[in-house]
Parts: sequence; structure tokens; C-alpha cells
Amino acid sequence: MSLEQEFELIRRVPIFSTTDPAMQKLLCFSSDRLTYAEGQVMFRAGDPPDSAYIVMEGEVDITVPTPKGPLLVNTLGRNDVIGEIGIFGDVPRTATAAARTRVEVLRISRDVFVNVIRGNPDAAIALIRILADRLAKTTAQLRRMAAESR
Amino acid sequence: MERSLFGFIFRYSKREQLMIVPLVVASMLIYFATLDLPKAIINEAIQGRRFPSPDATVAFLKIHFALPAFLGGETLRLFDGFALHQLPYLFALTIAFLSLIVVNGGIKFQINTMKGWMGERMLRRLRYALFDHILRFPLARFRRVKSAELATMVKDEVEPLGGFVGESMITPLFLSGEALTAMFFIMFQHVYLGLIALGVVVTQAVIVPRLRRRLLALAKQRQLGARQLAGRIAEVADGAAEVHAHDTSNYERAEISARLGRIFRIRFEFFQRKFLIKFLNNFLSQVAPFLFYSIGGYLVVVGRLDIGTLVAVIAAYKDLPSPIKELIDWDQQRLDVQIKYTQVIEQFTVEDLAPAQLHEPIAAPQLPQSGRLRASNLTLAGEAGTKLIDGVSFEVDLDQHVAILGSHAAGAAELTQMLSRLVLPSSGSLEVGGVDMIKAPEAVTGRALAYVGPAAYLFPVSVRDNLLYGLKHFPRREASYEGAQLREQEFQMREAKRTDSTLLDYNAEWIDYLAAGAAGPEEMEQRIVEVLQTVELEETIFELGLRSAVDAAQHPGLAENALRARAAVRTRLAAPDMQGLVEQFDAGRYNRNATLAENLLFGTPLGKLFDIDNLAHNDYMRRVLQETGLTEDLLKTGHKLAETMVELFSGLPPGHEFFERFSFIRQDDLPEVKAVLGRAADAGLERIGEAERDLLLALPFKMISARHRLGLIDEAFEERILAARRYFAERLPAALKPAVEFFDATRYNGAATLQDNILFGKVATGQAQASARIGALLHDVLEELKLRPHVVSIGLGYQVGVGGARLSSSDRQKVAIARALLKRPAVLVLDQAAANLDAGSQNRIVTSILEARKGRCVFWALQRNDLAERFGHTLVLERGRVAEQGRFEELKARGGALQKLLSAG
Repeated sequence: MSLEQEFELIRRVPIFSTTDPAMQKLLCFSSDRLTYAEGQVMFRAGDPPDSAYIVMEGEVDITVPTPKGPLLVNTLGRNDVIGEIGIFGDVPRTATAAARTRVEVLRISRDVFVNVIRGNPDAAIALIRILADRLAKTTAQLRRMAAESR
Repeated sequence: MERSLFGFIFRYSKREQLMIVPLVVASMLIYFATLDLPKAIINEAIQGRRFPSPDATVAFLKIHFALPAFLGGETLRLFDGFALHQLPYLFALTIAFLSLIVVNGGIKFQINTMKGWMGERMLRRLRYALFDHILRFPLARFRRVKSAELATMVKDEVEPLGGFVGESMITPLFLSGEALTAMFFIMFQHVYLGLIALGVVVTQAVIVPRLRRRLLALAKQRQLGARQLAGRIAEVADGAAEVHAHDTSNYERAEISARLGRIFRIRFEFFQRKFLIKFLNNFLSQVAPFLFYSIGGYLVVVGRLDIGTLVAVIAAYKDLPSPIKELIDWDQQRLDVQIKYTQVIEQFTVEDLAPAQLHEPIAAPQLPQSGRLRASNLTLAGEAGTKLIDGVSFEVDLDQHVAILGSHAAGAAELTQMLSRLVLPSSGSLEVGGVDMIKAPEAVTGRALAYVGPAAYLFPVSVRDNLLYGLKHFPRREASYEGAQLREQEFQMREAKRTDSTLLDYNAEWIDYLAAGAAGPEEMEQRIVEVLQTVELEETIFELGLRSAVDAAQHPGLAENALRARAAVRTRLAAPDMQGLVEQFDAGRYNRNATLAENLLFGTPLGKLFDIDNLAHNDYMRRVLQETGLTEDLLKTGHKLAETMVELFSGLPPGHEFFERFSFIRQDDLPEVKAVLGRAADAGLERIGEAERDLLLALPFKMISARHRLGLIDEAFEERILAARRYFAERLPAALKPAVEFFDATRYNGAATLQDNILFGKVATGQAQASARIGALLHDVLEELKLRPHVVSIGLGYQVGVGGARLSSSDRQKVAIARALLKRPAVLVLDQAAANLDAGSQNRIVTSILEARKGRCVFWALQRNDLAERFGHTLVLERGRVAEQGRFEELKARGGALQKLLSAG
């Protein structure tokens, strides 16, 4: 389990795929590699967002608390990024992330992440693309739900 | 205190000064003899005037007294002396001369010693008196004087006074005696020569001091000018923004330049005069010998003076200028010191100084226990003549809890200070349980009342000593002394008595356990834990205890307890859900969560020698690496690490925070490392220079395999490091043994923190929330083994630092409140004491303190009005008056002052 392995991984993550290799390596080096046991919560809705995670192994459930109990909105796996939005908005976590299986992640702390984005326009554009994509998805979902409830 | 310096000196050292006088007189007599004897040596022994024939003898040490006529006019022959020939007589006289000098030296030595003792005693007395005055200053005084100035005055400014006291009376006596003796001697020998000497001396004594007076005035001006210059520079620096905003920098330049010009003028005149005086002095001193040689020589030639007398006169004159000069110096010192003394005394002369009786040490004063607290017509006048507190009257039972509310400047701060008798009211009375608190000595007020202000002060000692500070009123148990210590103590007490200092022994046991409701130290520890829990500080102290590295020798049972906890933690860590959270130390395994350095040393460094930062450069470690063949491995690893670092960090802009946080190489060193790598690439790693090798070799020492994940240490490498670890320990020279405490599963390590001792390993990186879970585990284990009190007790030894700076401001307030609670006062007065705590803690702490003080009086000036609900009684202040009082709910419903206060926010 070495830096090289993580480096291979991070190259495939869309946000970072276009940044230069030295920066990718630095990102790996300055991140923590963490293991979560099955069922362990990574963060809860309402927590202050202090870092983003890249899943290296395993699956993570993303749930949103609703009056009727937690609602599963997504399940993320290898190469997915979790919690990157919270870092840029100064709002608490909107969802809860918990390990569905044994999970290995790379945790990038907030200031490191911000630093990388600030120094790399390509990464910023990649991030915007992801956000736009997600916004489109959410809008579509909302439209569908509105249609269904009518 | 004495207004004038000489008044002070005379009053307190008269006896000692007088005791020296006989010695001075004796010294003068011997001095006269040493002047006279050379004449006899030259005239009688050398020139042989008393030896008309070679066989002639003279009686040496003959003691004959001619009795006066009324006793018969005969000669009383006590001793006829030894009959000596010329040469033996010469030697006898010279030996007598030497003996006189030795005896006189001895007397002078004695005089100086006595002067020194006297001076030091007076200095001690003065310093003690000044400190005593500081303690008796009214609190308002401390707002006007800078504490640093007080300290300098007591420490530095009076220092020369001590030296001068010894000189004050004896020196002029001695010097003038010496000068007079010499003068008298010269006169006695020859009147003309005497008159010459007198003329020169008088000129010196009259002119020089006069010239010097001006010098003194100049020196004062110079000092003043310099002080003002410093003040002006500070002003300009403070107002730099204004200077630039108004383009007045050139105005300021001109101002400072003018000042420097004035100082230059003063200094110039000063030096001119100084050298003029030197010239005059030298000239006058040299003129006299010229006159002696010419006139005296003439007299000898014509036979009206013998050569022995001339030589004696010249010798006597040589001794004359120095006492005169010293006298002049003394006079100057006197002026200087007198000014200093007056200045210091002025600073310490305070009109409303507390009378000394107020601070009288009392072993067991009568303290109020129950009854009522009556404040009637309390009034406090402010500095501008306004009334800060105006006719405040109220009465409460001593089991009441009273909240004081009021807007800013309503007078709550002043009222609480008056209730705790820190400030005396201008008029009115305060009675607690039948005792008049205005007149009561501090021995009563300081025990019956306790005060905690909004920013309490902590002394730079341990938490425990800060808590116990409120219990040290009077020595409870004498310290016992034996042998040399006893003699030293007796000496100290004698001296203390002589200088009117306190006779209370600092080394005695001062802590009043009973006042805190404890029978002895063990019960006190329980009481402390109780008050810590009341103010929610116990957990913090527990954490501090865990983070302390303590010597097991000072805490009996600690080592065993820590080892028990270690065993318990080990068992718990073996549980399936806890596995892998801590990587424990194992002599036979490489710890991937520890640095390479820690793995090599396998212990805690004591002192700098094996410090992680120095380890790579330590001679012994280098030998170990060399002999276990690790040097090359480390060099290669360092080389790879350097390459990685250069690759990772070269692209970053200068000053990027990542260097500080993640890099093994400082940014400043990066170019050098690059150069080293370049040379290694050209010439090969084996051929680079010594310093370059050192640099690469040291790099991997801080590497933690699990955290840095660089994959540079494989298992074979780990094995080799383990071999070096064993080698290091086995061959460690005896001299180096005290520099490292090895990790040993069966031993307590005094150099490591308690927490490290219990965990005996490193919290694993890569395990989510490992730290938090380990923290909880430690809590559980220590609770289970009943070791929590022990850890708290260690935490109480934590040093709080200057002004308590090593604690957070809210913890400081908590310690101060705990200190007040611990002494169980009849009335506890708090002025916004918890205001800097967060709202939640404030709610809890107010409740728990009132709970702890159930049945005993509390006055609390609150910032948050809603908290007053919890108090039985509420006083609402408005511009220094009690606007209304009663139960909070009733007042709230009434629609008066409280309502107004609440609606104002």
C-alpha cells in the first residue's frame, strides 16, 4: 500500500486527472489513508465539512435525513469523490456517509483541496463540470418528483 | 518612612556606625606612626646619628613615662628595652614598620567588613519596607503606577543606597582623619612645607567640587534629555499612521534633530569640563612635589632641614591627594544617592496607606459564621468627585444567594469590591454576622470573604498551589531544622529581627487545612476534586495529568498503577473491534507508526543528546549505523527521499504552506538538496562529500512508514534496523545510559507522558477516528482501575505559567472560582467571574456553584440577567443606587427597574 498505488488511483479521478503529475503526487502525499469498518460513519449531516474523500476500495452509502428516517440517495464506489461540495460552501454536511462494506479512502483535508483547486484552473473547471452535472441531475430529479406528486 | 536619607541612616544604623569609630581612631594613630617611623629609620638607623661609635647601642622598645611634677616628676621605667647595635636596630625598626602596616591593614579590613554588613542590612531593611508599603497600597494606586516601575525601584534604584549607607558616615570620618593626620604630620615636621601642602589641598577642595557641581547638573540634563528623546521616538512610532496621513514626517524630523542638537550641546560641555577638571587636578597634584623638591631641597642644602624629614614629608604628601579626592567623590555620591532616595520615597508616600495593624498576622481570628449581612449607606466617591456608589443599603441573611444586576457602569463592579473589602467605602458601614468589616483586619476579611473578579490572576505555580493560595494566612506548623540548617535558620531569624522584617517562617506549613474542611493533605485532595467538579474543571485537569511526564519517584504507586493500566489497555486492544488502533512497542518488531529514529533508539531521549533532531548526528549512533552496515541503506533511502521531495515540492511557489506542513526539507534548503542530488547523479552517491552525505543520511530519520506511505522501507530493511536497535542498546557506553530511557513493557518510563506509558505504543494512522476511540478507552480503563484520582492529582501539578497563560482564559477563571470555593468563606463575592465562559457552561456552573454553597452566602454580579432566576434575592443597581430588590420573579412582574433592564436587552 504505497504512494504509487494512490497516485495511480488519483489520476483516474476526474477532478485531478488533468493536473500535473507532481501535483497529483503531492496531493497523495499530503492526504491521509484511512480505513473504515463496515457500518462505520464517515460523517453525518450537520457536521462541519473539514475534508473530502476519494474511495479506493469498498462502497459508501450516502443518506439524507428525512422526517420518515434516512433516505438512501446514492451508493459510491472506487474512484468516486465524496464531500467535495461541502468544502467550497460554508454550510454543514447535507448528507450522511457511512461505509457499506469495509472501505479504504484517501482523505484530503479542506485546505489542501482548496489549495490544489486554487493553483490549477483545469481542476477548477473539472470541479465546475461535476457541479453543473450534479445540478442538472438534481433539477431533473426535482422535475420528475414534481410531476409525480401532481 | 524617613523623609531624608541621613535621617533614615541615622535612625537605623546609629549604633553600628558608632561601633566602628574606635577602630577608625586606632587606625589613624597607627597611620601617624607609619608616617613617623621612616624618619627615625633614615636619620637614626641609616645615617647613624644615634650611633656615634661602632660599639654604641640603642635601647629598642624602651617604655619610659615621665611622670608629671605633682607625682614626683620622676621617670617611670616599665621596660628598659633591648640594647641593639646599628644594623640590628635598622632591621628592628623596619620590621616594626612592616608590622604597623600589617596591623593597620587588618583594622581596615575589619572596618570594611563592618561597613559592608551594615550597608547590606540597611538595604535589606529598605527593600523590605518598600515591599511592605506596596502591600499596603490601596488598590486604586496600582492603576496609576506601572508594576515594572515599582519592581525597578525596589530592585535597582535603591541598590546604590545600600553601598552608600556603609560609606555615609565612616568614609568621611576615615578619609578626613587620614587627610588631617597627614596634614598634621607635615605641619609638625615643618611649618612652611605644611603651608604649601595646605594651600594646594585647599585649592583642590574648593575649586574641583565647584566645577564638578556643574558637571552633575549637566549629567542630570543629559539623562533627562535622553529620556525625553526616547519618549518622543516612542510617540512617533505609536502615531506613525498619523504622521503619514498628515505628511508631518519632516516636521518630526526637524523636532528630533533639534533635540539631538540640544543633547549634543550638553554632552559637548560635559566632556570639555570633565577633561578640564582632570587637567587641573593633575596639575595641582604635581605642583606640590615641585615645591617640596625645590624649597625643601634648598632647606636641606642650607642645613635647616634634615633629609629624613623631607623624605617623610614627601611620602606623607603622596598620601594626601587620594583621601581628598575620595572625599570629593563621596560628596558627589551623597548628592546623587540623596536625590535617588527622595525620588523613591516620593513614589512610595501614599496618603491612604493601609495601617500596619490591618495586616497584623493573626493565628485564629474570630470569624463571622451566621447572622445577617448589613450594608448601610455605602458610598464610594470617584476620582472626579462623582459618586460611583451612592447610599447603598440592604440586609440579607448569611445563607442567601444574591444576584446583582445593572447596566454597564451601574456600579456592580465597585459594589462587589466593597463587599469583599478590597475597596474601602468613602462612608457607610458593612457588617457581616455582627463583625464590622470596614474596621476588621485582613486576617478576618481575607478569610471570611472571597472575591473573584472578571479577569482573575493566577500565580506562576502549579494548579494545586494556586488553589491552595487562599489558605495561606498564617504558619500552621513550624518547620523543623537540624544541625547546619538550624544554625542557618537562627542566623536568618536574627538578621530578620535586626532589620525589622517579618519573623514568620516561609518554610513553615502555611496551608490551613481546617479552613477548607480537611483534616490533612489526603482529605484536602478530595476537597480539591470536589471544587474542581463544581466548576467543571476536573476533566481538564485529568487530561493535563495524562499529558504530563512525571517522575515515578515523586508519586508513590504511580509506576505500578501505570503498568496495571497498560496491561488492561493491552487486553482491551485485543478485542476484535479495537484491533489495529494502537501499534504497541515490541522489541522484536518494527513499529510502522513510529519514526525511523524512534525505531532505532527504541526509547525516549532524555535531554538533547539523542533528541530526534540530533540523532542522525550523534557520534555513537553513527558508529552503530556504520558497524551494523546501515549507513549505506540510510544514505540510499535519504537519496530517494530527497528525489521524491524535490519532485513533489519544486513546483510550489515560495512560501507555500505545504513546505511547513508536509515536506521533509525546508524550502530554504531545497536548492542545496537539488545541488547535492545533481552531484550524486554526476559522480555517484559514493563520491559526494562528507557534509552532503550527512545531509542525505539525516533525511529518513523522521519518516513514519504508515503515514508517509513512501514504500522506502521494506521488510528486509526493517530487519536491519532491528539489528541496529539491539546493537545500540547492548553496546551503549555507561556514560550515555542516562540519555535514553528504553521502551520496556515491564517498566514505567519517567520520560514519557502518562498516556504514552499506558498505551505503550503509537495510535495507528489510517484507522478512522482512532484518537477519539483511544481517548474513550483510556477513560474507561482508568475509571475501572480507580486510577482517575491519581491522574487528577498529577494534573494538579501542572504549571500554569506566567499569569496562568498556559491555561485557557475560561480555565483560569474556573481555577480562580475553585480557589475561592476551597476556603469556604462566609461570603463569596463574584464579579462576572464566569462571564467569559460559553452560555451552556455558564448555566451549568452557576447552578453547581449555588448548589455547593447551599446555606452559605453568595453575591454574584451577573452579566446575563436571566441567570438571576436561580438566586433567592436580586439587587438591581442604577447609577450607583439600589433601584429595587427582591425575588427575581416578583421584580420582573412589577414593571420597574428590572423590567427596564430586561427590555433594554
